Amino acid sequence: MKWDEFFVTGEPMIYGAMVSIVVASLAILIGLTYFKKWGYLWREWLTTVDHKRIGIMYIISALLMLFRGGVDGLLMRGQLSRPENGLLDAQHYNEIFTTHGVVMILFMAMPFIIGLMNVVVPLQIGARDVAFPRLNAVSFWLFFAGAMLFNISFVIGGSPDAGWTAYFPLASIEFSPTVGNNYYSIALQIAGIGTLMTGINFIVTILKMRAKGMTLMKMPMFTWSVLITCVIILFAFPVLTVALALMMFDRLFGSQFFTMANGGMDMLWANLFWVWGHPEVYIVILPAFGIYSEIISTFSRKNLYGYKSMVWSMVVISLLSFVVWAHHFYTMGHGAMVNGVFSITTMAIAVPTGVKIFNWLFTMHKGKIEFTTPMLYALAFIPIFTIGGVTGVMLAMASADYQYHNTMFLVAHFHYVLIPGTVFAVIAGFYYWFPKLFGFRLNERQGKLAFWTIAISFNVTFLPLFFLGLNGMTRRMYTYSESTGYGPLNLIASIGAVGLAIGFIILVYNIYWSFRYAPRDTTGDPWNARTLEWSTHSPVPEYNFAIEPTVTGLDPFWEAKKGGHKLYQGKLEEIHMPNNSGQPVILAILFFFWGFFMVFSWWTPAIISGIGILIMLAVRSFERDHGRHIPVKEIQETESRLRGEQV
Amino acid sequence: MSDMKKLFPIQHILGYVLSLLLSVVALSVVFLDMSAAVGMTILIISAAIQMGVQLFLFMHIGENGSKTALYTNLIYALFVGLVTIFGTLFTMIWGYQ
Repeated sequence: MKWDEFFVTGEPMIYGAMVSIVVASLAILIGLTYFKKWGYLWREWLTTVDHKRIGIMYIISALLMLFRGGVDGLLMRGQLSRPENGLLDAQHYNEIFTTHGVVMILFMAMPFIIGLMNVVVPLQIGARDVAFPRLNAVSFWLFFAGAMLFNISFVIGGSPDAGWTAYFPLASIEFSPTVGNNYYSIALQIAGIGTLMTGINFIVTILKMRAKGMTLMKMPMFTWSVLITCVIILFAFPVLTVALALMMFDRLFGSQFFTMANGGMDMLWANLFWVWGHPEVYIVILPAFGIYSEIISTFSRKNLYGYKSMVWSMVVISLLSFVVWAHHFYTMGHGAMVNGVFSITTMAIAVPTGVKIFNWLFTMHKGKIEFTTPMLYALAFIPIFTIGGVTGVMLAMASADYQYHNTMFLVAHFHYVLIPGTVFAVIAGFYYWFPKLFGFRLNERQGKLAFWTIAISFNVTFLPLFFLGLNGMTRRMYTYSESTGYGPLNLIASIGAVGLAIGFIILVYNIYWSFRYAPRDTTGDPWNARTLEWSTHSPVPEYNFAIEPTVTGLDPFWEAKKGGHKLYQGKLEEIHMPNNSGQPVILAILFFFWGFFMVFSWWTPAIISGIGILIMLAVRSFERDHGRHIPVKEIQETESRLRGEQV
Repeated sequence: MSDMKKLFPIQHILGYVLSLLLSVVALSVVFLDMSAAVGMTILIISAAIQMGVQLFLFMHIGENGSKTALYTNLIYALFVGLVTIFGTLFTMIWGYQ
């Protein structure tokens, strides 16, 4: 391979990106050295096994990826803003819509949700950490290695260009001979292993580490949604693992699983992809439902309406999510029987979702609603998501789907589901739980400004796409002629995209401003909330709770505040905590290099990195680490310092 | 001596060896000349044994305290597994025009 094939050449924008990557990396390295922060970074962050810090790292990565995916989106909207535009060529456009999809779903939505899970779930159930803290660090670093591997593809070797679904035969070595789709199969595989381990970790945490008295039906709704999500992860991700492995065999080792000759079956990829892909949709949406449940209940000053029906609707959704996948390819050529069956299951899944919508409405009914920033996102979610849901039922009807399939109508539909469903939820959750992590609220005025900018621009961007789709504009076309008449609506959508970018900038500025100027919260409970996480200090000490809480019902902290219940019974005791470790980050670096060499089929270095991975696993297996104990005296000091007393 | 016995992960090693063995048996279907029916029979039988190895030797299914959790988990897993297999056959072969 020549160097001009190794680096992507001939694109001014890519050269710009390369320069900015080099400049940014140098700035970070010099900054860390100049301010002598290497030791701090290593001790406090890279080696941490604390669920709160891991959560923060997940969320920071997710915000970075939101920026990356957002720039992809802006470039696409720029290209489509007028007929026969020349901003991007066809190949570049293909790469950008592919990476936009992968980055937004797998490297933005997933880590943002997993980050909030990490921060909130142990606190909500009154635990001191997750069940397997070290494994949790491995999960994060594998996700990060996968995300970085995927992201360097656009300057080294070229990005995948067969869509985020990577359908065969297009994604095969025959029709996509560049290394782009090797990146796809290997980077997603590495990140996927991390996700699978997160799933296992949180199932065990929730089932085994709940506070005294917290039965399953007394768990906060967000914790319930995470439990169900993790069950879906556990059963859906192995399908992706297998599919990606087969893809890798096809592309690197010449096997014929998804080819069109020699007994291969190209559409089997689409089938396996969506067997994972549809449950994946619910993996990113159910925790969002949990976040909204917490926020709506808190800011309506009422307990959640229909708790049991909320739980059961999620259980039903989790089962139904596994039986609807073929609705993603109605037009593939199977018979009326298959399409009929999957139409019915798909429409059935709208029922439990509708139950949840009504429960939120009834929670607000006669409540004392307070319009905070998180609540605004939750309120906007309900009508916007309903539009997404209704157009989803339209798409669910197989015969009608032949009209909309792969048009901009579909693009509008899934953005109407995923943005209010997932993106609004994670931003709302970010605003809501931010004071727990950092000890101050994000500025409300700026937050509301960002909300209105984002909510309005979102509709300006995506509403026109419904009409473009009905007029016949297909998705993924990189240009169109003026005579199609698509110009004006596309221009409106592009203007909306600029608005979304402005909203994101306000959001980031809001974080920066609040870090510098926002007044500190000393109560630990700035929202007057209901669940256990608000009963400890903000920022939370590393051991979360000095004394493990005891719970008798739903909304235990609310009960405690009203004087009906004593949360902390018992006295201070020594606390057993896990030790930090550098092994997870080293393991992930080895995985990164292994993946990189595999992408380019450089076997010798790949084998060496692979051996390195095995050595790391062996080291871990024979390691003895019993953790450490925090003495009572130290806990007392921390507690009184957090209460603001002089020590 | 009894302490060493507890430390030595006999079940895991046995499971590992059996997994390797079963993989070789499955691979023999490709390399040895045999009819499709015989090959399929070998694959299905070795897959069933493999499942048992995983459940009993690695996942310690016999040691579970709560039977409800155990059965819920198994039923859910069976549901997803069967839906994936037969759903794929239904979508890709039986229901294909």
